[in-house]
Amino acid sequence: MATVQVSEAEKLYVLHGVRDDLRVDGRSCEDYRHMEIETDVVSNTDGSAKVTLGHTNVLVGIKAEIGKPKPMVPDEGYLEFFVDCSANATPEFEGRGGEGLGIELSNTLYKVFSNKHSIDLKSLCIRPGENCWVLYVDVLLLQCDGNLFDAISVAIKAALFNTKIPRVHISEDEDGGKEIELSDDPYDCVRVNVENVPCIVTLCKIGHRHVVDATLQEKACSVASLLISVTHRGTVTCVRKVGGGSLDPESIFEMTETGKRVGKALHTPLMELLQKEESLGSKRQKVGFLG
Amino acid sequence: MAADMRLPTFRKQVSLSGPKSATASLVVPGDIITSDTGFMRGHGTYLDEEKLTASVAGEVERVNKLICVRPLKTRYNGEVGDVVVGRITEVQQKRWKVETNSRLDSVLLLSAVNLPGGELRRRSAEDELSMRDYLQEGDLISAEVQAVFSDGALSLHTRSLKYGKLGQGVLVQVSPSLVKRQKTHFHNLPCGASIILGNNGFIWLYPTPGQQDEVAGGYYTSIEPVSLSDREVISRLRNCILALAAHKVMLFDTSVLYCYESALTHQIKDILKPEVMEEVVLQTRHRLADQEG
Repeated sequence: MATVQVSEAEKLYVLHGVRDDLRVDGRSCEDYRHMEIETDVVSNTDGSAKVTLGHTNVLVGIKAEIGKPKPMVPDEGYLEFFVDCSANATPEFEGRGGEGLGIELSNTLYKVFSNKHSIDLKSLCIRPGENCWVLYVDVLLLQCDGNLFDAISVAIKAALFNTKIPRVHISEDEDGGKEIELSDDPYDCVRVNVENVPCIVTLCKIGHRHVVDATLQEKACSVASLLISVTHRGTVTCVRKVGGGSLDPESIFEMTETGKRVGKALHTPLMELLQKEESLGSKRQKVGFLG
Repeated sequence: MAADMRLPTFRKQVSLSGPKSATASLVVPGDIITSDTGFMRGHGTYLDEEKLTASVAGEVERVNKLICVRPLKTRYNGEVGDVVVGRITEVQQKRWKVETNSRLDSVLLLSAVNLPGGELRRRSAEDELSMRDYLQEGDLISAEVQAVFSDGALSLHTRSLKYGKLGQGVLVQVSPSLVKRQKTHFHNLPCGASIILGNNGFIWLYPTPGQQDEVAGGYYTSIEPVSLSDREVISRLRNCILALAAHKVMLFDTSVLYCYESALTHQIKDILKPEVMEEVVLQTRHRLADQEG
């Protein structure tokens, strides 16, 4: 992760601020920064989304390919995650510097989506045991200002909402061989149901309290963080602790409760925004990367 | 608690309707400024086949026969006498390396700092060994530029009671070209906080110190928690400065104060929302224009 240096006096200031529920930028401990979400930004993907959270900038592209299902679950499709930390974000990511962080992010995403209720994988099946849809989710980190997991999870949810999988039907030819045909109409597609897709909430422990959506400076003042992925019903699908410090069981419980509350409150405005964006249709002014 | 989510919009330029904006001549690298050979080349220009061309993106400045281009976003180029705020990156043998947002790390020599207690003597080997007790890696200092080395690195000094290690407060980083050169860079704002506008773009906001003794020589940092009202003032000032920087308004004590007063009607965390930022900056621009005219 990109790091900033902080002096001891600054750490003390941040610590006391969090204790009084007034952070450096005036937010309370449970407030998110200003978030901007846009979908359909990359034209040659099946679904894409760009999320800006403060100065953190994340781009997600989803491509649907036909592949062979996993042998253990022949009637389900699956998702493949890949996170690329671009050197645009910080010079530390130059060359192979961003690989470690990228692998850590990908592994967390696999864990978060491993819950079988997150995405209806059975709808991705074409022919059991032979063909299924594989959704390749590629995440690109363009700018790093803390709270990567939250931004990535919101972007993935938005991109999945935007994904249009072409409708296929299987036809048999004379020799008994089966062929997969894509429908001719480019607008004839299947949408993914994103109702149960979870969002990740990162809680950083600073002093005796915890904050949501920490900036890089606040991250430098915290010793440990808890990652919780929450669905819109408040169900927790994955909990992970990151950081070198220790958390006692009481704070873990408090942080989980806060995470569930904050995470549940994330989904409703997100879905409303995505519906609104979809309803604007062609009238929507596409901003993209030149804003 | 609800997250503020919205669709992105194109950023609107907040500009006052006036003739002033029309006369600003902006160039990008490669733009030909003039083909007249009678001019002297200044910073930011080069000669390309007898034509004076810009090498940076910025505004063209002409002083009699000298043409130079002042870039809008650049690394800090130090001048002697500038006040800078820097962060210690390394502790070396008889010097500290300070990061000041310039091309090279600046240097703070051991002989250029005040020893605690204010004594004047030769620095001994013991002083060298206890350098880390005064300034560690990560500490913030305010200093003045004493000299510029031939490679462009700055030599700093803190040989005055107003410079030294900085205590509790907030650091805001903006582009160096937005900080206006003034007589003094240390201000005690009437709203209840103090500000150091470093020429290198590092701005330090801190609670106004009470009646404490200055004998300590700048190394005493208070560990008393800052009161909530002071914190609110500092947070609001921080957001105002970021709003002004986003709209490329020159930063000096008056503009920061006007922006603060315009922002009093909003909640602190709302100031960073695009529409509130525009409104606040527009009001500040109006007041500044009225004050000039």
